[in-house]
Amino acid sequence: MPTKKLPVGILGGKCKVLIQENKIMPNTYELVCGLEIHAELKTASKMFCGCKNDPFHAPQPNTYTCPVCLGMPGALPVANKKAIEWTIKLGLALGCKINLFSKFDRKHYFYPDLPKSYQISQYDIPFCYDGVVETSEGPVRITRIHLEEDTGKLLHRSVNGAEVSLIDFNRSSVPLIEIVSEPDIKTASQAKEYAKKLRQIIRYLDIADCDMEQGGMRLEANTSLRVVGEQGLPKYKVEVKNINSFRFLEQAIEFEMQRQAKLLDAGESIPQETRGYNATEGKTFSQRAKEDAADYRYFPDPDLPPIRFTQAQIDGFTADLPELPAAKAARWGREYQIEARFAEPLTAEKDEAAVFETLFSQAQTQKLDCNKLASSVYNKRITWPTAESIEKTLMEFAAQFKTDTVDTSQLEQAVEKVLAENPDVIEKFKAGNMQVLGFMMGQTMRQLGGIKPDPQLVRETIGKILKTK
Amino acid sequence: MTTQITLQQVQHVAQLANIPISDIQAQNFVGAFEETLGVIENLKEVDTSKIEPTHQVTGLENVMREDVVDEQHMFSQAEALANAKRTSSGYFVVPRILDND
Ligand SMILES: [Zn+2]
Repeated sequence: MPTKKLPVGILGGKCKVLIQENKIMPNTYELVCGLEIHAELKTASKMFCGCKNDPFHAPQPNTYTCPVCLGMPGALPVANKKAIEWTIKLGLALGCKINLFSKFDRKHYFYPDLPKSYQISQYDIPFCYDGVVETSEGPVRITRIHLEEDTGKLLHRSVNGAEVSLIDFNRSSVPLIEIVSEPDIKTASQAKEYAKKLRQIIRYLDIADCDMEQGGMRLEANTSLRVVGEQGLPKYKVEVKNINSFRFLEQAIEFEMQRQAKLLDAGESIPQETRGYNATEGKTFSQRAKEDAADYRYFPDPDLPPIRFTQAQIDGFTADLPELPAAKAARWGREYQIEARFAEPLTAEKDEAAVFETLFSQAQTQKLDCNKLASSVYNKRITWPTAESIEKTLMEFAAQFKTDTVDTSQLEQAVEKVLAENPDVIEKFKAGNMQVLGFMMGQTMRQLGGIKPDPQLVRETIGKILKTK
Repeated sequence: MTTQITLQQVQHVAQLANIPISDIQAQNFVGAFEETLGVIENLKEVDTSKIEPTHQVTGLENVMREDVVDEQHMFSQAEALANAKRTSSGYFVVPRILDND
């Protein structure tokens, strides 16, 4: 019997391989995934020197360099205080604990984009540890957040017929944070939500642009599968690199789940390796395996004295934190009675949220229904509010939901008139036919001509009168 | 002297340091490393039981700079590239390395 291609189905986070030809019990696997996310901080100057930090807008390559970030002998790095404080603020925003005493370490490896042949990073004492990001599919714990320097940028080109690599050191020593999660992620969609939430929080703190296209934010996923019901971490881990969008992150993880499930079902062991992601083909591919296990020979950088904070300083940073999206959405619920399904998407972007805040606060002053307004904005039924167009949006909204004040007796008269013209309504109402209410609403409104009363008031009046009949 | 250096360890260290060495050189380094480590071994005679381990020797802490661009110390492109063996269109040029990250 020829071997058939096994159908592979993904059910939520679980990979199920169905073997129909014979009656082997299929294994159901679950994803075990942790993410490593890098983001370049948007300080004015670089991490360890006063060079301009703006690699994506530099007019020419190698124009923002100095002896320090070119790794010249004798140059002395000095740490950027703001970059350190921002790292700690991010940690606090993610509920991390902070190491009051910390230091920088040298991580050694040879690569042409690394002029010193070591990268200044943090090894055993990162600034932040033990945090958490809440997702709709459960919490994802943060293992650590550390601060390091970015490398130069390599371009692989052909110059005068020779295959070469070109190096631009404008990015060399740009402050770079690395956020490492625990392997708590159970589905590809959760990975995506986690990464997006992180970006949202980073942008709220205004510490990084997280431009994925340019490489200002980079995603790496450590993935493996475990048979459902088993405990502990799988024996292998596949690291997927080169992911530059949230959608590709989700796709790359889904691809890996299927690939690994097939191998496991075939009884093969999965090698520990680094894979890249080819977005065009929607596939991951094996990258050259390292000949040796990484041996970075970390040691404390003697050029950089350790950093010590007091708890009072950390408390000060905590007090300085801006209101984060989840807190803002909850407050909108309390202050403006806006439902979470509108408040959450509308608080996603900090600058937009600030505009909406003004909008809702003015709407409330004008006694407009903020939840209805939030719904209209979310569903794009009115002009999208900007700082300049708040008035316009409010007027449009007010016009859409404008209600005229009507005299109670005038309204009651209208209802009575409709009832007189439609005597069967009362019978139907008594028989429990609630559809007559809609009919009554429409007819009463018509009776009132050009006046647009509050529908709620009309409904109440109809109900009240019908009950007296 | 108790250290026992293997040929593989020498080759590993050479690889980490990105220094190509011949088999004969590697063989010679086995003895040289043993000797060097033997000298270092002498340090064990010093009583360090009352010495605090340290990360650094300056005794300094919190040496940081404000986040200010220092144009004065920045190189022009020509200055940055002045010592490079090979350049092209404002870039440093090196032999093609594997495009794997
Ligand atoms: Zn510099």
